[in-house]
Amino acid sequence: MGGFLEALWDIAGSESTYINAALFAAFLAFAASGEWVAERSGTLNISVEGMLLGGAFTSAVGYDITNSSSLALLSGALGGMVVAAIQAEMSHRLAADQFVVGLTLNILVFGLVGFLDNEINPETSFASRWEIPLLSDIPLLGSALFGQRWPFYVLYALIPFCWWLVFRTKWGLELRASGENPQSADVSGIDVNKRRRQSVYFAGFTSGLGGWFLIFGQIGLFEDSVVGGRGFIAIAAVIFGGWTLRGTIAGCVVFAATLSARLSVQGLGYDVNSELLQSLPFVVTILGMAIFAHRVRPPAALAQPFVRGLR
Amino acid sequence: MRDGRSQRIADWLLLYGVSVFGALVLSAMLVQATGGEWRPVLSALLDGSLRNPGRWGETLGHAAPLLLVALGTIVSSQAGLINIGQEGQLLVGAATATYFGLLIGGPGPVNVAIILFFGIVGGAVWAALAAGLRFSRGVPEVLSTLLLVTVASQAVAYALGRQWLLLAPEADRGNRNQVSQQLAEGNRLARIELFGNEFPLTVLFAVALAALVAFAMGRTIWGFRLSMMGKNPRAAKRFGVAERTYGTGALLVGGGFAGLAGAAMLAGGGFAFGNYQLVPGFSANIGWTGLLVALVSREKAVAAIPVAFVFASLRTGSSFVGSTGVEGRITDVIQGLLVLALLLPPAVMFLRDRRRARAAATARV
Repeated sequence: MGGFLEALWDIAGSESTYINAALFAAFLAFAASGEWVAERSGTLNISVEGMLLGGAFTSAVGYDITNSSSLALLSGALGGMVVAAIQAEMSHRLAADQFVVGLTLNILVFGLVGFLDNEINPETSFASRWEIPLLSDIPLLGSALFGQRWPFYVLYALIPFCWWLVFRTKWGLELRASGENPQSADVSGIDVNKRRRQSVYFAGFTSGLGGWFLIFGQIGLFEDSVVGGRGFIAIAAVIFGGWTLRGTIAGCVVFAATLSARLSVQGLGYDVNSELLQSLPFVVTILGMAIFAHRVRPPAALAQPFVRGLR
Repeated sequence: MRDGRSQRIADWLLLYGVSVFGALVLSAMLVQATGGEWRPVLSALLDGSLRNPGRWGETLGHAAPLLLVALGTIVSSQAGLINIGQEGQLLVGAATATYFGLLIGGPGPVNVAIILFFGIVGGAVWAALAAGLRFSRGVPEVLSTLLLVTVASQAVAYALGRQWLLLAPEADRGNRNQVSQQLAEGNRLARIELFGNEFPLTVLFAVALAALVAFAMGRTIWGFRLSMMGKNPRAAKRFGVAERTYGTGALLVGGGFAGLAGAAMLAGGGFAFGNYQLVPGFSANIGWTGLLVALVSREKAVAAIPVAFVFASLRTGSSFVGSTGVEGRITDVIQGLLVLALLLPPAVMFLRDRRRARAAATARV
C-alpha cells in the first residue's frame, strides 16, 4: 500500500501528468462542448467519433495541400460538418433513427478514412508552441494550461462561446425548447427539426476542430486509429456532467486525468498490469455514469425524434 | 386509398433499387477517383465470395455468426433498447466457451452443447452488466454496452496471457504468444460438405433460430410486450409491462445470441476464426457487422438471413480485392454506404405517408 501511495504522489507531482491531462481534456472538450449543444436540442448524437476522425483526416489533408495549420483548421471543421450533414439531414429531415445513422456513419467514416489514408497519406506536423508569459511559469499547472501549442487556446474561446450561444441568444432558447418540449416549441412557431439539424452541424463543427487539435496540437501525425473510441467518452462526459456545460468540462477533465495517469504510470516505470490500465478510462467512465447519471435530469425530449402530430 | 398494394410494392422496389444503385455507383466512383478500376474490383468480390471453388461455403461460414448476432440485436431493439456492444459480448462468450470447452476435456456426446451453452452464458453476463446499470442506475445502455467492448477485449487479453485461465502450455503455443489450446476433436461442431464447399453446422442452427425469433417476436405474448415497450413505453407501462424485467430479458437475449455466435465461431472452426482456438483479435468485427445486419433488416428476423449473406460476401470478397491493386478496405466503405442507402427508402416512405395522412386529415375538416 505504501508503494501505491508513493506512486500516486509521484504521478501527482510530475509536470508531464498535467500536460498530458490538459491535452486529453482539451481534445475531449472540443467534442463534448458541441455534443452538449446537440444534446440540449434533444439529439443524442452518436456520430461524434466519426466527426472527430473525419475532421482529423480532412485537416491533415488540408495541411498537406496548403502547408498552413490555420487553413487546416478550416478544412478540419469542414470535414466534421460533412459528417454532421449526413447525420442531421438523415435523422432530422428524413426521420431515420438517429442511433442507426450515427453508428453507420462511425463505421463508414472509419472505413473511408482508412481507405483514403492509404491512397493519399497526408503529411502533417505540429503547430507552433505559444508560451504565455508569466502564466506559463506557474508551477505544475502553468505549462499545462498556458504553455501549449496554439490550437489548444482555441478552446478558451470555444467554451464561453458555446455557453453564450445556448443561454444568451434567441437561437439557444429555441434550441433548448426543442430539447425540452418539442410539441410546445413547434406550436409556438419554432422549427424543431431545423434547430436540431443546426445543433448537429454545430457539433460537427466543434468535433472537426477537435480532430484538427488532435493532429496539430497533440500528436503531430495522422493515423486511422488516432481517435480510438474517445468520441464515445466525450458523449459520456456530457452525461457525467448532467447536461450542464460546467459539468461536461469537469467530466472531460476527470476522464482525461485517467487517460493521463495511465501514461504517467508507465512513464515513471511502475509495473502495473497493462490490460487494467488500458481499460481504466472506460471503467472510470462507466462508474462515473453509474454514480451521476440518475442524479441529474436530461433534456426531457433527449433522443426522441420529432414528427409533427406524432408523439 | 388511391394507390393499391401493387403500386406501393412497386414504389418500395423502385426506392430500394435507386438507393442501392446509388451506393454502388458512389463506391465505384471512389475506386475510380483513387486511380483504380471498378470492374476488376467487382469481379474480385464475386470471385472471393461466390464463384471460386469452396468460396460460397466460406461465405456461409461467415454469414452464420453475423446472423446470430443480428438476431439477438433484433430482440433487444424490439424492446427499444440499443445494444451496440455485441463485439464485446461475442468475445466474452467465446472466451467463456473456450475456458469450459478445455475444462471438460475429451470427446463426449453433449460437449458441443455445453460449449455453446457457456458461450451464451458469457455473452449474457456481459450484457447483464449493461442491463443492471440501465435499470438500477439509469446509465444509457447505448454507452455502457459500447464502453464495455474495450473492457471485454482487455479482459480477454488478460486471460489469454495467463496460463491458469486461457493461455496454452508452452509446448502447444508454437511461436505465438497469446493463444489458447485447440478444442479437442470431439468437442467441435460438425462441418457439412456440399459440392466441394464446406461450412459448419452453425449455418443450419442460425437459420432455424431466425425462424424461432421471427415466431417469438410476431406470435408470442413476450414478443408483443417487447414491441409494445419499444413502440410506446408509456402505453406499455400502463398495461403493466414491467420495464425492468422485460428490458433486462431483452438485453440478456441480445448478449446471449452474441455469445452464442462467439462460441459457434470457436467450435465451428475455419481459419478466419482462429481454427478452434482463441487468438487475439478473435472477434474479427463480426459483432459490429452483425449489428449492421440487424439495423438493415429493420427488426425482421427473416430478412436478416439474406442481409447477413450479402455482408458476409463483402467480408470474404474483400480478401480477393487486394490482388487488383485497390485497398481491400474499400469493402468497409461499400458496406457503410449500402447501410446508409438502405436506411433511405423507409424514411422516405414514412414521411410520404405522414404527409398524405395530414393532407387527408385537413381535407376532412
